[in-house]
Amino acid sequence: MDTEKTLLTLHVNGERHELLVPVHKTLLEVLREDMGLTGTKHGCEVGECGTCTVLVDGLPILSCLSLPIENQDQEITTIEGVAQGSEPHPLQSAFTQLGAAQCGYCTPGMILTAKALLDENADPDRETIEEALSGNLCRCTGYLKIFEAVEMAAEQSK
Amino acid sequence: MAQAQEYAHIGKPRPKVDAMNKSMGITKFTDDIELPRMAFGKLLRSTQAHAKIKNIDVSEAEKLPGVYKVITGHILPIQFGIMPTAEDEHAMATKKVRYVGDPVAAVAAVDEETAEAACELIKVEYEPIDPIFSIEKAVTTSMDAEHRIHEDFGFGGNIHKIVAMEFGDVDGAFEQADFIDEGVYFFEGNTHLPMEQHSAIAHYDGTGKLTMWSATQTPHYVHRALSKVLELPPNKVRIIAPPTGGGFGGKDDPFSHEIAACKLSMLIGRPVKFTLTREEVFYTHRGRHPVLMWCKTGWKNDGTLMGMHFKSFLDGGAHGSYGPASTYYTGALQTVTCKVPAYKFEGVRAFTNKPPCGPKRGHGTPQPRFAVEIVFDKVAERLGIDPIDLRTKNMIDSHSLTVNWLQITTCGLQECLDKVGEASDFKNKHNKLPHGKGVGVAVGSYICGAGLPIYWNDLPHSEVQLQVDRMGTVTAFSGAIDIGQGSDTVLATIVAEVLGLDPSEIQLVTADTDLTPIDLGSYSSRVTMMMGNAAKESAENMRELMLAGVAEHLKVPAERLEMKGGHVWDTENPSEKMTFRKAAELAETHKGLLGSVGSYRPPRKKGSYKGSGVGPSPAYSYSACVAQVDVDPETAEIKVEKIWMAHDIGECINETLVLGQVEGSVYMGLGEALMEEYPYRDKLGTHKIPSMLDYKSPTTKDMPPVETILVKGHEARGPFGAKEVGQGPLLPIMPAIANAVYDAVGVRIDELPITAEKILAAMEQKEKDGPGRIGPDKIPDIEFPPAIKVEPPDEWKGKLSSLE
Repeated sequence: MDTEKTLLTLHVNGERHELLVPVHKTLLEVLREDMGLTGTKHGCEVGECGTCTVLVDGLPILSCLSLPIENQDQEITTIEGVAQGSEPHPLQSAFTQLGAAQCGYCTPGMILTAKALLDENADPDRETIEEALSGNLCRCTGYLKIFEAVEMAAEQSK
Repeated sequence: MAQAQEYAHIGKPRPKVDAMNKSMGITKFTDDIELPRMAFGKLLRSTQAHAKIKNIDVSEAEKLPGVYKVITGHILPIQFGIMPTAEDEHAMATKKVRYVGDPVAAVAAVDEETAEAACELIKVEYEPIDPIFSIEKAVTTSMDAEHRIHEDFGFGGNIHKIVAMEFGDVDGAFEQADFIDEGVYFFEGNTHLPMEQHSAIAHYDGTGKLTMWSATQTPHYVHRALSKVLELPPNKVRIIAPPTGGGFGGKDDPFSHEIAACKLSMLIGRPVKFTLTREEVFYTHRGRHPVLMWCKTGWKNDGTLMGMHFKSFLDGGAHGSYGPASTYYTGALQTVTCKVPAYKFEGVRAFTNKPPCGPKRGHGTPQPRFAVEIVFDKVAERLGIDPIDLRTKNMIDSHSLTVNWLQITTCGLQECLDKVGEASDFKNKHNKLPHGKGVGVAVGSYICGAGLPIYWNDLPHSEVQLQVDRMGTVTAFSGAIDIGQGSDTVLATIVAEVLGLDPSEIQLVTADTDLTPIDLGSYSSRVTMMMGNAAKESAENMRELMLAGVAEHLKVPAERLEMKGGHVWDTENPSEKMTFRKAAELAETHKGLLGSVGSYRPPRKKGSYKGSGVGPSPAYSYSACVAQVDVDPETAEIKVEKIWMAHDIGECINETLVLGQVEGSVYMGLGEALMEEYPYRDKLGTHKIPSMLDYKSPTTKDMPPVETILVKGHEARGPFGAKEVGQGPLLPIMPAIANAVYDAVGVRIDELPITAEKILAAMEQKEKDGPGRIGPDKIPDIEFPPAIKVEPPDEWKGKLSSLE
């Protein structure tokens, strides 16, 4: 369909990208469809499940509810930008080690939300972790291994 | 067991082989795949619950720029359905629609927005028919063909399936009983809610070959359905199941969007992708059947169970799906946890104008388990016996046949019950905690794979092929699909164990009908048992082949060779070890290409009566649960404080996976117990809450601590002694919580979910000297057919008189 397009400049995972996209496309859609960053998943596309969480200037946001035109001067981090080169982030190692990723579909959103928490609070207690992750649904794990993985990553990052 | 200590990998906690790619966002799920020139599809869905389709006008939609094609049901006249006896679906409705959300047309367009806009331009003229939303109305209303939901399926009226069977003399048992317990229970329906929405991409290429990538749990069954509906030979259809973002039974059927994607791709010569919106996932459903149940049991005053008569009424929704099996499952496994000397089961499944129900984790067995475990709690109280002791008294024996001919092999239930009782200090808490706090116990059991396939055949249920090349690369080919449960890890671990390698060294090719041998799918907790056994056999054959080749080279007997830790050596000359790669090269030199196969078929079922195909399994897993709750005496707000879960696993293939499955089952059971439900508007039949926000599921804040106890044994029929874990531990959660609520505040909530509103209402009743119970009190007045009388196995004959 004919839609108005706009030129966007996005800073994603430390790289600058220029894109021509319809103005109403969400950040989720632009990341996945225009930039090929399919590590960001979607579970509802209306802001209910937390699956599409990315970091904007270090804070977790729901990319399905964000218009990228608003994010042009901000630093966006997706799951593809969490590892240092091929070296996984301690959260990625801990999620792997402890079985915190079963089907793995909510995992990118969980890890990014947890990363925002750990960047802010290096030693969160269990209740703080539960609170921080309360907007991210997971249907496989019952969350317990996810809590343990966040604790393990915090421990390893010390 | 000591035996487990000898294994390099089996039984140990290990990361899943696919976990790092999932954690790094590298894993490609179906919707992550994009193909050149790909079009996007959308289904137009019915706004009516029950209506004749008078006309569909697609002319405006076809004219919209960017639309490639619009199709309606007439182009796909062949019906399908997962079970050969319930093929009642069209990809899109042709003559009538049967629920709000029923697909009526499909569009392929340049993008999703255009496809959606085109759907809005399609004009459908409906002539409404009286809808049927309740099980009561569905089973009691007689009507002419025109008003039936399916005029050409089922047993007349809106009855899809009706069964009756009796094992032993139930009336006689009740006569001998000292007392009778009778009650009515209701298990509300709920849905799987996998995080990944269903998605499918079809590509029909220039050679007439159709390839479809789909988020499915059953690529083989989808392959059969597509070949049939599209009238393509099986070798022209290839189904690839990428890693699936959760299933829980919700991706077990062939679906309209899969067929529409294929047909549209065949017509427009482009790849076509359909990804359902979350709202559409709610309409696609196939979730837990709402089941109304009546349970009558006869008991001796010493707590001996004499007989059980169970009736179930399943609200099936608009299609058959797995319904015939679901119906039998509501009556099949009552007998596998306790000795029931006489048992009668009557079940009926009806069509209603709601999204179709199907298999969800535990398939048809959590509902009766909810009822039966509450019955045990009530009877224990009546007799003044501890509820654990009452279960112990009636405990099923290992290596026995149930009265309905199910072959029990290993049974760790007594140990589960004892351990969960000790860990929770149940006996010191039950009936003894302050008002508002309570503990409840329940048990459960589940199959380790269905003993029979969905379509009738005598073929193996799972097959695994291995290839080893001269570089030492081991590749395992299996049709099993990893939906998060860890089937890839099980496959790699078993092959690695036998070949003396590390699981990370095994290459996997899975769930691709062109490349991999058959596995029937990730359902009925069958994969570890069946694919695991096939993988073990295949790997043992490979080991034998390689060692024979190396033995030829070394000119020593093959029996003297050992293969472990990435090396092969002659046990009489252990200082000269060769690498696995060298061994592969030598073996290929002598034997040619190194290939091996393994096949698994379950043992034959014991019973020979009609309906005996549902319930048999190579083995049964057992679980016992204690739940501790806090119920606010003023507001009735309920909080689950802790869950103790003991599970009879046999041996773990991978302990990390096992613990994950137990905790995931506990979580899902808590959702079913406390909040998940599937309500519809009375007059319109529209789903009230087709969104993740309104469909309440437990968040991080709702999850209590879980103490998991693994009861180990060795199941001879399982690979390395393993049994299932994916579904069984869900079963006792719901009744354990119901029983704990009773212990806490003295009210019976005999229907799910158990909400604060219901507890409060029951407490208010009790204050006014009412029964203090919320739940149904009657069942529809229908006549079941005369029960098939089945002679019980010899060991049960005369059992009742011996209990006199």
